[in-house]
Order: sequence, then structure tokens, then C-alpha cells
Amino acid sequence: MDKPQAIIDLQGVSFSYGATSVLEDVDLKVDEGEFIGIVGPNAGGKSTLLKLILGLLTPYSGHIQVLGRKPRRAQHLLGYVSQHPNFSKEFPITVGQLVLLGRMGSRPNKGWLSALIPGGYTKADHVATQRALAEVEAENLIDRQIGSLSGGQLQRVLLARALVANPSILILDEPTANIDQRLESDIFDLLKRLNLRMTILVVSHDIAFISSYVTRVACINRTLVCHHTDAIDGQVIQNLYGENVRMVAHHHYGYR
Amino acid sequence: MSEFITALTEYTFLQSALIAGLLASIGCGVMGTYVVVKRIAFIAGGIAHSVLGGMGAAVYYGYDPLIGALVAAIISALLIGWVRLQWRAQEDTLIGALWAIGMAIGILFISKTPGYQTDLMSFLFGNILLVPQSSLWFMATLDIALLAFVTAYHRQFLAVVFDEEFARLRGIPVTLFYLLLLVLVAVTVVLLIQVVGLILVLALLTLPAAVAGHYVHSIGRMMLLATLVGGIISVSGLALSYGPDLPAGPTIILLAGAIYVISALSTRAIYRRRARVAITSAKKDGSGNG
Repeated sequence: MDKPQAIIDLQGVSFSYGATSVLEDVDLKVDEGEFIGIVGPNAGGKSTLLKLILGLLTPYSGHIQVLGRKPRRAQHLLGYVSQHPNFSKEFPITVGQLVLLGRMGSRPNKGWLSALIPGGYTKADHVATQRALAEVEAENLIDRQIGSLSGGQLQRVLLARALVANPSILILDEPTANIDQRLESDIFDLLKRLNLRMTILVVSHDIAFISSYVTRVACINRTLVCHHTDAIDGQVIQNLYGENVRMVAHHHYGYR
Repeated sequence: MSEFITALTEYTFLQSALIAGLLASIGCGVMGTYVVVKRIAFIAGGIAHSVLGGMGAAVYYGYDPLIGALVAAIISALLIGWVRLQWRAQEDTLIGALWAIGMAIGILFISKTPGYQTDLMSFLFGNILLVPQSSLWFMATLDIALLAFVTAYHRQFLAVVFDEEFARLRGIPVTLFYLLLLVLVAVTVVLLIQVVGLILVLALLTLPAAVAGHYVHSIGRMMLLATLVGGIISVSGLALSYGPDLPAGPTIILLAGAIYVISALSTRAIYRRRARVAITSAKKDGSGNG
């Protein structure tokens, strides 16, 4: 194959929580520089798909490669914003300290031992934090308590935490679910800019909105249902959502 | 109070008690902060109570009960940590079981040890006035170990207590640091047993840190302030109990509880007043933006 190797490559991936099958036989390839929107109904497996790519979950069957390695070996090169914050807003931490946490495990040439280095942050960590906050236009929030932030501000700060270690791939789960629509396009404009230097995967429930930003849409409902032979084919989606939407084709041909 | 100060200059047992209270407050300020922000008071309670098993066994076999407490605390911290990581669904039941089983083991051992019945009360409720010199050195060593670990790994601990999933993504061995955190909490429990006993430990582990949390908004400052609050509470509790000859442990706990309640109520009142002022001034400006 003379195509460049996909930086995310899922082949026949299935996953279930106990007896509940969540994903079945998903094939998905993402090339460098793409901006992929993942859409689908609630409980359709979108977040699970992201967690498999992040190496937080292990597939029941199938293979996943991220940046040419196993997902867990690629984690330090991924930036992630989860759908719901895993922390309480009362937690005593400032925006600056929160973003600095994203620098953990990012020092080069130390491998996994990097996480065991004792002591504080380096000057480079602080500089990167300032830069990441400036990138999301939140540098004035650096000393604020996270409890005092609005939903939109918190989302920007979490984005800065995902960006501060300079990821190759940015993965976002419903980044605009908890903020109002006016700010939604601000966030996506920002993502569009970031897409110039990194690959982006974003889960959304709103195909109509994201279609003007993303390069491709993947529809997930237990499996990839946007398939050129399925009932919901490309024509239907295009008629519904305008012409920027392209399909994720199943790669039935030549993995290599 | 002046009676206490005169007595303090005269009696070495009171000086020892004072130093024990201050040494204990370092542990309760530093580790109590993690217990409060990570909301693991129940886990800490389980560790504290199951420690009695180790103390009872140590007494029965003729070892120093504090050594037994330290060993038991570390074992039960690892056991409880493992339960939490493996059987999340039944976490509270299992921790509750370990809590009671540890105590039952301890009471069986103590009841079979001739002449040690009186010690049971001081294990359970502490006896700060009977802290021997050797225990002070033991407590100081535990404090130094505690501070060394927290200073070296404060970033990792913050990452784990703040957001475990994100910490895991940054390559931090979350299980290792979570268990290490519980072990340090266990060490703190042993520190505090001398002062207030293992039943009342939970109050000193959480209340000073919770009070500090009302006023400061970073982990580091919370640790400093909680240590200060803990020190003030244990010293003044000791002083208050001395005159009327009350047991020091429960006096310290009641004082901690009272300060917590006053602090919680007054910060809430201040918060509400600020909110009211903000709303009325916004109304006066007449400029809602939307």
C-alpha cells in the first residue's frame, strides 16, 4: 500500500460490559491530520470506542493500533477531554495546577519511569501551561479556583490540560454538552485551528452542527452503521446534513 | 488555663503530652487533607478500627502494641485498597466487614492476655497523658517518613486524588500511588492512636482538614492550615481537660467538632451574604446582560 499508515487502526474490535455487548466488529482507520466526528445514539458505544482507543479499556476481540503501537503505549501522545469531569468542582485546586497535571509523564526519554520522578514541576512545565491556557484563550484564569469557573471556562481549561503535553491526537467526548450553543462554535473554531497540527476525534450528538467542521463522520450504534451498503447510506446523510459530510467506509479491501 | 501552664513547666508527662499532640497534628493535617478531598473517610475509619487486631496480637505475644498497630494498619490499608480496586461494587460492605473483624480479633487477643484489660480503654480512646518518651521518637520518625513521601510525590498524589482516569492516561501507576496513599493514612492513624485512640481517630483525621478547606483553596495550604488547626485543637483540648480532670481524647474531639460546626456555619453565612450583596448590586446597576 502506498497510502500512509493510519495513525489509528481498529480491526474487528468488539467489546462488552459483562453480558451487554457494546461494540461489535468495528473497523475504523484514521489518517494523520483528519478531524473525525463520531456520532450516534445514546448508549451506542461512542464513549466506549474512545476509551478503547485511549487504552482505558481492552477489547474483547480484535486489534487496535494507535500511532503504530498498542494503545497503552501511546497514551502519553494522546490528549483527552472526557464527557463528565471525574472530579468535584469543590476540589481545592487552581486552573494552573489543574493544567500542570497534564504535564505529568511527558518528559522525553524517561519512558514510564517519568511518572515516578519525585519533586516538583520544571520551568518548561510552567511555560507549557501558560502557552496551553493562552491557546484556549483562558490565560487570565490561571489563578482561579476551578469551582468559580463557568461551564464554558471549565471546558476550555480541560482542553488546555489535554493540550499541555503536546499530543499528536486529541480525543474529545462531547466537549460542548454542558455549555450553551453560542460557546459551542467558539470551541469548534478552536478545534479547527488545532486540527492544523494534530489529528482530532470528537464525539458529538449533533451531526448537523459538527458537519461544517469535521472532515469525516463515523456513525456508531454498536457497530459502524454508516456504511455504503447500509440503509442509512451516504446519500441519506448528505441530504440530511449538507454536503461536507463524508462517509467512513468499511475497509473491506487490503489492510496490507 | 494558667493552672495548666504552671503544671506544664513542672510535669514532664504534660510536656510529653503536648509534644505528642503537636506531632500528631502534623500527620492529621497532611494526610487528613488527602482523606477529606479524596472523600475516603470511611476507608480511613476501616483502617483505624481494624488496627485493634494488630494491637491485640502484639500485646498477647508480648510486643510493643504500637509496632503491632503499625503492621496491622499497613496490612489493612493494603487489604482495603485491594478491595476497593477489585470489588468496587461491594466496597462499603467489605470495608465494614474488615472494620468489625479487625476489632473482634483485637478484643479476643486482649481478653486472653492476663492483666491487660485496662489497656483496652487506652487503645480505644487514647491516653495522651501516658505517652512515654520512646513513643515520641516513634511518632517523630513516622512524621518524617510521611513528610518525605508527600514532598517527593505530591504531584503524583494530587493527580491520583484529583482525577484517577486522567492520571492513568498520563502514565502514572494509579494503583501503586493509591495504595501508598492508604498506607500513609494508616501510618497517620497509628500516630493519632496515642492521642485520641482508634475510635476517635477519624475525627482528628478529617475535622482539622475540613475546617482548613473552608478557608484555603489549594492542597498545600490546606495541609499547612490543617496542621495549625490540629495543633491548636490538641493543645487547647489538653489544657481544657486538665483543670476539671476530664479525659483528654474526648475533650480534644469535642473541641474539634465544635470548631468545625462553627466554621461551617459561619462560612456558609458569609457565602450567602456575599451572594445577596452581589445580587442586589447587580439589580442596582440595572444591567443584566441577558
